[in-house]
Amino acid sequence: MTAEEIYNNLKAKFGDAIVEAKLDALQPWIVVDPNRTKEIALFLRDEPALQFDSMMCLSGVDYNGGKLGIVYHLFSMVHKHKIVLKAHCTKENPHIQSVSSVWGTANWHEREVFDMYGVVIDEHPDLRRILLPYDWEGHPLRKDYKVPEFYNGMKVPY
Amino acid sequence: MGLLDQRFENGNVFITSLENLLNWARLSSLYQMQFGLACCAIEMMAASASDFDIMRFGIIPRATPRQADVMFVAGTVTLKMASRIKRLYDQMAEPRYVISMGSCANCGGPYWEHGYHVLKGVDRVIPVDVFVPGCPPRPEALLEGIIKLQEKVRKESVVKKSA
Repeated sequence: MTAEEIYNNLKAKFGDAIVEAKLDALQPWIVVDPNRTKEIALFLRDEPALQFDSMMCLSGVDYNGGKLGIVYHLFSMVHKHKIVLKAHCTKENPHIQSVSSVWGTANWHEREVFDMYGVVIDEHPDLRRILLPYDWEGHPLRKDYKVPEFYNGMKVPY
Repeated sequence: MGLLDQRFENGNVFITSLENLLNWARLSSLYQMQFGLACCAIEMMAASASDFDIMRFGIIPRATPRQADVMFVAGTVTLKMASRIKRLYDQMAEPRYVISMGSCANCGGPYWEHGYHVLKGVDRVIPVDVFVPGCPPRPEALLEGIIKLQEKVRKESVVKKSA
């Protein structure tokens, strides 16, 4: 199925939840409502014509200017087609719904996004930091992150 | 080894100072704290394998700090790991030695500027006896570091130094 057909499928089913799309890109992408990612993901996985059974990658992004987001790279082993899903939020209200109940892979990826970007993943079963220590302050991959002078009495800068 | 050569003149009589004997015994059985942190650990393992055979220096990996004499800090020390390293070092019995292996453990290596999570040199948390440069150092470099440490142990004294 082409990206356009996938987009039309989603648009017919979810309407307003599909915010934006660029279908002539090298990897066509569709921006969706951050509060409805779970049901959209479930539809993408279970609809017989789509069957996106594999989430290849889940990445966090800081777009600068207070905008954060998650990018989902999806693939269907059955139909051999791909699509990129995006969900955006702001630094003031960094909430995106979890898709870990749809693709188990997403669990740790979403924890990493939370760890590095501070995006709160709503309905996540176990939202803790995954790489940094639990007592770490801040989210290091945000563009406005400042390296701390000290961590637990250890000097951090060179 | 060199210490023992040509000292057997009359059969089984052997003369040395107690200090020499102690130092020789200690430097010939430097038990290693068995752990690795990053890619340097691969080179450390290569040094342990048959081509380089670290055991000919009397180095045997021990899986507990309480039986170890020397700690090879082989790899990037993250801030999360630094407190663990400090604890492991504290658990080792004295006299204890530390060899910092590779650029990351020496000074932060490639993470020196943007590595918000990396300790810029393991000597910020524990005292280091020998620094082995390289990224990662070849097994020969690690062996040279061990020989340097052995030289240091050989010069040690049980008597407290004055002035």
